[in-house]
Amino acid sequence: MESYLFPFDGLLCMLLGISFTLWFTLLLIFIIVPAVFGVSFGIRRLYMKSLLKIFEWATLRMERGAREKNQQLYKPYSNGIIAKELVSLEQEIQEVRRSGIPAPEPEFDMSDIFSFCRRGVESIVDDEVTKRFTAEELESWNLLTRSNYNFHHISTRLTVLWGVGVLVRYAILLPLRVTLAFTGVGLLVVLTSLIGLLPNGWVKSSLSEKAHLMCYRICVRALTAIITYHDSENKPKNGGICVANHTSPIDVIILASDGCYAMVGQVHGGLMGVIQRAMLKACPHIWFERSEVKDRHLVAKRLSDHVADKTKLPILIFPEGTCINNTSVMMFKKGSFEIGCTVYPVAIKYDPRFGDAFWNSSKFGMVNYLLHMMSSWGVVCSVWYLPPMRREEGEDAVQFANRVKAAIARKGGLADLLWDGGLKREKVKKVFKEEQQKMYSKVLVGVSEDSHGSEVVRGSEDSHGSEVVRGSEDLHGSEVVRGSEDSHRSGGRHCYAAWRAGALEEPGRTFILN
Amino acid sequence: MGSRASSLLREEDIEEIKKETGFSHSQITRLYSRFHSLDKGENGALSREDFQRIPELAINPLGDRIINAFFPEGEDQVNFRGFMRTLAHFRPVEDNEKNKDPNSGEPLNSRNNKLLFAFRLYDLDRDDKISRDELLQVLRMMVGVNISDEQLGSIADRTIQEADTNGDMSISFSEFIKVLEKVDVEQKMSIRFLH
Repeated sequence: MESYLFPFDGLLCMLLGISFTLWFTLLLIFIIVPAVFGVSFGIRRLYMKSLLKIFEWATLRMERGAREKNQQLYKPYSNGIIAKELVSLEQEIQEVRRSGIPAPEPEFDMSDIFSFCRRGVESIVDDEVTKRFTAEELESWNLLTRSNYNFHHISTRLTVLWGVGVLVRYAILLPLRVTLAFTGVGLLVVLTSLIGLLPNGWVKSSLSEKAHLMCYRICVRALTAIITYHDSENKPKNGGICVANHTSPIDVIILASDGCYAMVGQVHGGLMGVIQRAMLKACPHIWFERSEVKDRHLVAKRLSDHVADKTKLPILIFPEGTCINNTSVMMFKKGSFEIGCTVYPVAIKYDPRFGDAFWNSSKFGMVNYLLHMMSSWGVVCSVWYLPPMRREEGEDAVQFANRVKAAIARKGGLADLLWDGGLKREKVKKVFKEEQQKMYSKVLVGVSEDSHGSEVVRGSEDSHGSEVVRGSEDLHGSEVVRGSEDSHRSGGRHCYAAWRAGALEEPGRTFILN
Repeated sequence: MGSRASSLLREEDIEEIKKETGFSHSQITRLYSRFHSLDKGENGALSREDFQRIPELAINPLGDRIINAFFPEGEDQVNFRGFMRTLAHFRPVEDNEKNKDPNSGEPLNSRNNKLLFAFRLYDLDRDDKISRDELLQVLRMMVGVNISDEQLGSIADRTIQEADTNGDMSISFSEFIKVLEKVDVEQKMSIRFLH
């Protein structure tokens, strides 16, 4: 019996060996070598176009299926559930009063409550903030179960297609990508350690650049990322800071595969720590110890020192401090805008049709997220390099940060919000409620309140303790308030107070790595 | 990562909610998706914490009162039916509604019911009267620390004086309606839901 197995055994081994070698050679030729030299065969774009056609077909079939059953297809509220008034709360309450002139005695109207009430319920139905922390809902289906809300409309043909999709993604794409990822990271560690042995000089920095770019390009292929870079003439230069909107850790790979940056982040342990230490050997990055992160002045000093040295690479920072779901840009922490150097804004927009790149860090861990990314179809995104900006005369860090944020939001087609991304995990500060109350009191009692107003505010600060105290020096910035009310955006009716929070924020305690 | 919200809502449920509240099919599915995204515990019901997680609601001075309006007496959880029933108060009043089934009772979004909703925001102990104390408490919520006790007290007194017709030093629902008869309640207490 056993003698029959031996020839088959040998044959099997030979076949396995051949297919493995073949596979690896193909990998080398089509993916790694182009990555090394920075050229592309265009395979990924072809892949993207064909996938798009398949998705459209799938959506049409689902719609047909739904129509046959006489049911309606669930369409996400991409245009919003409700239409909100554009009048501010203050104006609305004033309208109720018969004249605009403040009465000698405070006039309270029982109908004032209607405005507060309606706005409260409007925010329950649709608010600007909570929807930024979950994945965007899509109109079309991209053959991933995780994004399908209409799966009871799927016909047999679609199910088969979906099955084939699963097979392709998990059996072919995932192992391929994992191999590439390991290759990329491994090469990065090895090469940067080797380069670290060289003496500092032109050779070292040029080699380090090439090594970094090459490894990041391999990683880009590991994610099957199809990136379109726009306006490359505005690419960040030495001695500047590059700021971008943050959607996922992949942002780093996307930007770093097109240019060399000095990374900023917390020192991690484990594999991440190994990579960080290796990278540090080849060129200067800025890694902070956990304890140093809280020290605002230390952070600012290290950043300014780095920026002052023109031989060092531009710093890459994500001022939002946390991952947002790529439909909006949230408040930029002012820390990086205080340094006083040129800021190079970059806008990153992911195409949601291929898979959602947003990392919901409160739900999924990093490894889980990476596996999820590698087992989806791919990542398609656009990167816009905006012209450099400098802080202008008479502009403080917060105003500058908001100006940069507005430019990025406009270019990327994202909503510009004044809310803090930290609201993902934390409760909103009481200060903003107090702002609302103060506004209403003013309307009620009239302008005469002003002379008492500031004392009352100060009094309220002391009694409310730490949250307000931290920012108390900025709370009185009257120009800041006036500026904010003029620079209102449509989403920010209540948010002018939140805008001032920019002045109250702590330094970006999370840089890239959450 | 993407909600299965619409699949958990059955067609029969949607029809019942449609009849009770007057929302359209697509509005109900979208509001269900919203309900589901607010429901962090994924147990099919919202608690007070789920509401307080909405920043715009948390900074609303009357936020707590509004949240309270969703929860029936003594309960800590509100399910989707309850959620829709409360939201129905804010549907705009359409003229053709008046001609519909007269036996089905007053629609939830009638002027009367909108006024009742607002009345209940003032009426803290649900005894169908707004006492001076209750009015003071609500005023205090709306103005914070910016107005002194005496001033607030006099505002409350004046308001009750103007509204109170039967001399019991508190405002009943009918007195409340009378005070607000000239106010365009239908417009102020309506939210424009998109189709």
